[in-house]
Parts: sequence; structure tokens; C-alpha cells
Amino acid sequence: MTYITKPKLRHPGLPKNNLGFTHRDYEGSISTLCAGCGHDSISASLIQACFELDIEPHRVAKLSGIGCSSKTPDYLLGNSHGFNSVHGRMPSVLTGANLANRDLIYMGISGDGDSASIGLGQFAHCVRRGVNMVYICENNGVYGLTKGQFSATADKGSKSKTAVNSDSPIDLVSLALILGATFVARSFSGDKKQLIPLLKAAITHRGSAVIDVVSPCVQFNNNPASTKSYDFVREHNEAVNRLDFIEPRAQITVDYEPGTVEIVTQHDGSQLKLSKLHGSYDARDRVAAMTYLQEHHAKGEVVTGLLYLDPEPEDLHAHLNTIATPLNTLGEKELCPGAKKLADVNESYR
Amino acid sequence: MPEPIVATNDFVVKFANVNGSGSASANELFAKCVLRMGVPVASRNIFPSNIQGLPTWYEVRISAANWLGRRGGVDLMVAMNPQTWDKDVASIDPGGYLFYDSTKPLPPSKFREDTNSIGVPLTDICNRNYTDPRQRQLFKNIIYIGALASLLSIEPKVVEDAIAAQFQGKEKLIAPNVKAFRLGYDYAGEHLAGACGLKLERANEVGDRIFIGGNDAAALGCVYGGATVAAWYPITPSTSLAEEFGNHCREFRVDPETKEHRYAIVQAEDEIAAIGMVIGAGWNGARAFTATSGPGISLMQEFFGLAYFAEIPAVIFDIQRGGPSTGMPTRTQQSDILLCAYASHGDTKHVLLFPKDPGEAFTFAADAFDLAERLQTPVFVMMDLDIGMNDWLVPPLEWDDSRRYDRGKIMSRDELEAGKIFGRYLDVDGDAIPYRTLPGTHPTKGSYFTRGTSRDRFAKYSEEGAVYVDNMQRLLRKIDTAKSLVPAPIRHDAKQKARFGVIYYGSTTVAMEEALAALEAQGLHLDTLRVRAFPFSEDVNEFINAHDQVFVVEQNRDAQFQKLLVNECAVDPARTISILHYDGTPITARFITGAIADRMNLNQRQEAAE
Repeated sequence: MTYITKPKLRHPGLPKNNLGFTHRDYEGSISTLCAGCGHDSISASLIQACFELDIEPHRVAKLSGIGCSSKTPDYLLGNSHGFNSVHGRMPSVLTGANLANRDLIYMGISGDGDSASIGLGQFAHCVRRGVNMVYICENNGVYGLTKGQFSATADKGSKSKTAVNSDSPIDLVSLALILGATFVARSFSGDKKQLIPLLKAAITHRGSAVIDVVSPCVQFNNNPASTKSYDFVREHNEAVNRLDFIEPRAQITVDYEPGTVEIVTQHDGSQLKLSKLHGSYDARDRVAAMTYLQEHHAKGEVVTGLLYLDPEPEDLHAHLNTIATPLNTLGEKELCPGAKKLADVNESYR
Repeated sequence: MPEPIVATNDFVVKFANVNGSGSASANELFAKCVLRMGVPVASRNIFPSNIQGLPTWYEVRISAANWLGRRGGVDLMVAMNPQTWDKDVASIDPGGYLFYDSTKPLPPSKFREDTNSIGVPLTDICNRNYTDPRQRQLFKNIIYIGALASLLSIEPKVVEDAIAAQFQGKEKLIAPNVKAFRLGYDYAGEHLAGACGLKLERANEVGDRIFIGGNDAAALGCVYGGATVAAWYPITPSTSLAEEFGNHCREFRVDPETKEHRYAIVQAEDEIAAIGMVIGAGWNGARAFTATSGPGISLMQEFFGLAYFAEIPAVIFDIQRGGPSTGMPTRTQQSDILLCAYASHGDTKHVLLFPKDPGEAFTFAADAFDLAERLQTPVFVMMDLDIGMNDWLVPPLEWDDSRRYDRGKIMSRDELEAGKIFGRYLDVDGDAIPYRTLPGTHPTKGSYFTRGTSRDRFAKYSEEGAVYVDNMQRLLRKIDTAKSLVPAPIRHDAKQKARFGVIYYGSTTVAMEEALAALEAQGLHLDTLRVRAFPFSEDVNEFINAHDQVFVVEQNRDAQFQKLLVNECAVDPARTISILHYDGTPITARFITGAIADRMNLNQRQEAAE
């Protein structure tokens, strides 16, 4: 999020991360979204998460579809390659990109129209394949760029200026659980304290990580009746846990009451310290997570937090057994069987 | 009663079967036996979109003269399907032969007086020798192959060797199959000596050629051409291309020690996702392709526009079938020409390659990846069902080990570090092809935002008219650059100066070659141009303008290629005459000969009258 052009000159006192990068090195172009848009807060959280994780900016690939949310990759990580593809089809482009080079970090940044309406199919298949990525749905329940039509996540009964939505909403978090995502979370653009650790955990997760971020549209869907408004989410936010992300090499020094905190170690050695806000919630139980979501949704609550985590996920490359070297670095030597082999091939067709 | 047809090493055998009856492998065995006699064969499956119970045909063109297209007509019909009996019998050339199962007597009305019937009690032989119903079915096919071998003078040793080759690895099946073959062979030898005037004689016309299907050959071309990512969705007639790619990768691309794969194949949820994955992989520097057919091409349109406009390499194999809509999914056509040439909304133009046979499918497949990366654009390999799903006799595939993949203009980390100016859409070299960087190259230089929206030379979003026009003009110039990179057309001039020319492409080539010989025998001379790629080179324009009339032979209703010629070349449409064959079967030499001869003779008569 960079509203106004900042001077190129950098303050020598800007804090640096372990790679020597400042916060500024993770910023992108100036946002063209409306003032107060939830999406800009999410961009800011992503910038912060990458800064804190000491990620080299150019090792991230940002992919998106079409819509307000899909414009945001331009507003962060200006030293990363980005790809603003076609509406609802980002998941397939991301899948292909990931197959070509498994060494980069893939961020799929999408919205509710892009993911739940036109792109529901690609969202589903990308998740069920276990593509190693962070899939962020910036969810505001409306189409912003075309001025306020309902999307597929809009609540039944939501009102716009001209219509009432009579269709049932699609809950991407529930879908992600059913489809086998190995990291599922929901957060709120206005709650950076919750969102940043979730993003850090998702980025380090080696599998399909889906984060649904309720992100109010200040122009078209921030009215009191909307469940995607700032006021509603603040009032009905039912967080199941509070997450602290602990670097792979850091020691856990905090004391905690047994039973109230759960430590989950991820594949890369990073640890996720989950403070339970809801006594019975177990983030490693997929079925229980689904039940919990349904029960609380029925009560009109927005359940947030790290909803499900498989600490030992398998990704698409594991399923395909591709070599560790990125496919896009292989040349003739590794790929072409050569003339002699072709002579044998010819013989087999005689 | 016409004289029975007498021919040696030059005739057409057509098998009429019920699909799912195991006839396909027996019929292929027949074709292989002819090849093993040293006589060239062209075989074509004509099959339904169905797994069991519907009519299917297998046509074998036997030609020592090496005419490998469809000739037209049938000299020997092996009528094994009662459902299609009447039509099959009607399709035999006068004086030709009808081979049938004579177990149950058929009324005389079921036969023609101008053909020769050869009955073999196949069911009876089967029932006497086998008790298991499945065996009766399968061996019946081998028994008729045996009878045909005797009738046509195929050496029994040749058939036995071919059986052994077919069941390599399943040796237990060799002896029973040889036994079935002998049952038919001996019966015909005893009862039908001299019944058939068609003969095979050992020849030496096959040489070192191989018998391979186009999808298989194209898949090999993808392996040799360095494709690492394949994304596809099953659709006839393209499916076997993706499947064969998998088979060849398992043979050639598995690390011998770690068993890890140097390839990734994803069966996508639909064609849209398939092309999306290809574009994502191409953007990220891997050689990627998809294989599909017309309906898939229709679905992929939006993505083609993105790849064209954002300039991302992608290779698409379009194994064309009969359209529109579901059309004739198991029949052949060349009817996606315009759809692919100008795919997607807005002003676009794409590179198309037209291989003539599986041999060129291999070469063009590998070339397509070089072209796609050099030009940073989608490249379509325009095959069809006839090339893709039939086995063709073609020269052995060749590969030059000194060949290096042309990865095109990719700016490296070192170049960026050295301060080389990077503008993603900047025409530095005057060929309209800009440099690209791959994601993850440099920490602070060379990154850009790829988009389908208009942008300036440095990839910055812009809807300014002049900036947009500048970019669109460069894209057009890039297609001009392509003209010199794609396979050039091949011209052959008639022995004497010709006022008529003919343009053709793709699978029509083999039938065209035979038609040209037939026309020449009638004293009708034509210069020929086989076009192998779009955009068209200047040679195409010159060829048309150098002739009074140019026939354009193609396999679709709407003369799509002719329309493309008229649209892209500075030629008078009145100079072109379309010869169109689009009933779903591969075009025949007789059809082309007839259509062109009629027109040329008419022309001569008109001139004589004037």
C-alpha cells in the first residue's frame, strides 16, 4: 500500500531485515484502489510478512486474475515478477508456473468474484492438486470494478442499491477444507495482528494454503447489513486461536499454560504457536473444523484464525515425483534423448 | 459381369467390423504383414465415437508405387459386420471381391452380380475349434487374416513372424494365434485356390521406413524438443498425443538413480485450465504444450489472446476433427484453420504449422518450441485425425545431436547486473521481438508485471492511444519476422510450363501426390505449392500471381485456407478455385483428380469454343 509517491531517497535509519532489505524494498506501485479499501491493508500485511520472513523479493511470483483484488499484486513486491492473467483462471496459470520452477514462492491473489464465481472450478482443482502456494481471497462479496454486483460469496438477503441477493453464498474456507487444502485460515483485513502471522505461516507452508480474508468494499458493500463490512466483522469476529509465527531457528522462550497453547512445527522448521481462544478447537482436525464452521456460521458468526493445518503436507511436485531442480533450468543434456536413442525408437516402429 | 480385378501390389482392402470385437489388432497385423512383404501400406481407421458395438472400418491401401494417401474405391471388402453389409457391398469397385463369413447361407439378393464373392465359414471353423466365447470372437479375426494371407499369397512365415512380434512379452499367446492363422490359411488353400485376382509379391519398396502414428510422433517431437510441462484434457482425436508423451517420458526422462521425473504432466479439469497451465509454465521459462481438438480450441480462446498480447510462448497441438460443435468427433477435417489463425477477441494473428504426415509432426513439434520461444507467442501445430490417429509409413525420424534449443531472447542475471536496459516490450533489435526476463532472475532488476491490459514498452499500464497503437504495430511486425522463421512452402513445377497451379497443405499431401501423377498421365500439368506454415511467406503470393488459376485443395466446407490466402496475400480471389472434401473421411486421390480434371478440361473446351 503506497498511496503517495514517496521520495526515492531512503532514510539510513530505516530498519533492515536479516538480508539487509528495508520495508521499502517490498513495496510496489502506488495503489489505485479507493481510499479505505480493505485490499490495501492486505497488501500492507503481505509486505510486512515478507519483510519479517527475510524473503528475497525476487523469489516471489505474484499471480492474479481480474478484478480489484487482482490489481493488488502490482502494489506490493515491486521486485517480484507478477502476472495479472484472465478472469477466474489464475489458479491454472499459477499451477503451470509452479511446475516450471518449484523454487519460487507462489502467491495467488484473488477475489470472491474471481475465485468463487467465474473461477470456482479452477480454485477447486488447484487446491485439490495440492499446488504449493498461498492462495489469498480478498473477499468483499461484491464486484467492485463493475460497480457493485453481488459475487458468489454474498450473503443471501444482502442488499445492493438496486437488488436483494437471493442466492446462497459459497464459503471458500469450507470448500478448501473439503478439497484437501493443507492450510486453511480466515482473517479480516482490518486485523493485521491476526493476518500477518497467518500470512507468514501460509508462506512457509509447503502445500496448498488458502486464506480467505474478509476485506470490506468501502464503495459498494460496507453498509451495516453486510456481513463483509468493517462493523459487522468487528462485532461478529469469532477467532478460534491466536497465532504466533516463530522463525525456524528461534527458541520458544515464552511460558504457557499446558492445554492453552499448541505448538506445531512445519516442514521448514518454523513453529506455529497457537493460543487457543476457543477451548475445544483443534486446528489439526479437518472434520471438526468443518463442523465448527457450520455451527458458528449458523449463529451468524465469522470464524477466523488458523482453521486447519496439516504440518506434513504433500504438494503437487511430490505427487508427480518431479526432480528437485526446476524444470525451467534443464537443457538439451537433461531433456533430449539424442540421435542414437532415436535409432532404437525407429527400430521399434518397423 | 466385368472381368475380375487383377492387381499385384496395388489395391485397396477394406475391413468392415464391429468395434470392440478385437478386430483392430488383427487388421493391424494384416497391414504389418504386407509391410513385411516389402510392400508399402497406408492404413486408416474409420471408427465411431463409441467403445463397443458400432460399425468401424479399417482401410488398407497397398501400393508398391508408394501412393500412401487414400485412393478411393475398394477392391477387396472384408465384410464382417452385418449392420453395414449392404453399404459395404455397394462400395466395392465392379470386378472387385467380397470376402464374407459363409457359415449361414445368405439370399442371392444380398450379393452383387458384378463382384466376386469369396465365402469362408469362419463361425463354423471357430465353433469347431474353440469353446470359449471370447476366444471364438478373437480367433475368428485371426482366422480371416489366415484366409486372406492364402488368397493374396502372403508368405505364411511372414504372418507367423508378425504374430510373434505382436505378442512379444506375451509369448503364451503366440502358439494359439499361429494355430488360428493356420486354420484360415489351410481352409482357403484347400477350397479357394485361384479365387482372388489380387496378389502380393515380395518387393523391396519399404526400405528403412517406419510405421508410426502422428500423435505418437508429435509426442516424441515434444520429448526431443525439450518440453517439460504438458497440460491437457482428454478429447478425441488428440488424447493419444498426451498419453504417448507420458509413455516416452517414462522411457527417456526418468532419472536412472533417483527415479525422479524430468517432466510434469497434468490432466487438467478442462481445456481452459490446460492452456492456462501451459501459459503459466511458458511465462516461467519451461517449454510447455497442450494437445486438443476443435472444441478445446474454442474453449481456450481467451487465453490465446492473453498469450499473444502478453507475449508468452506456448505450443498447441490441434488434432482437427469434424466440426462444428461436437460434429464428427472421430472423423477427420481441416476445419480449424481460421479459428486458430485469428484466435481470440481483438486483433490477433498466430503462427500455424501444417505437418503433412507423422514424420513432419515429429519435426514440427520440436520446431514449434523453438519458434514459440523465439517469437514469444503461441504456436499451433495443425494436425488432424488422419495424421494423428493412423499409422503412416514415413522415413525414419532424425535428430541432429549438435542442435541446440533456441530459447529466444531471455535477458540473464549477468546482463541485468551489467546494466543492460530492460524494457519488456522494447524492440531493441528491430525484429519486433523484445527481451523477456524470467521470474526470480535478479533481486532488484528486470522484474515486471505481466498483464493482458495495454501497457507501454516498459510494461507499465497505459491506455493511451499512441502507446497502444505502437505496441499493436510491433506485434504485427513480429508476425512479419515469423515469416522468415517458419518452415518455407515447397514448390514443384510441372515438366512443362503450366498455367494452373495447386496449393495444398497437411494431410492432403499424400493423396495430392497421387492425383498429380494421375493428372499428368491425362496430360494435365500443374505447378504445386505445399504450404507448411502461416503467416505466409512472399513465395505464396508470388505463386498465386504467377498462375492464371490456382486450385486450393482442403478438407473443410468453407474454403478456410483459401479465405486466409485471400485475406493475407495480395491476390485476386477470382484466381483461386477451391477443391473441398469434408465428409469426414480423408480426401482421396480419385476425388482430387476428378475435381481438378473436370475443371481443367472444361476450361480447355471453353477456350477451344472461343
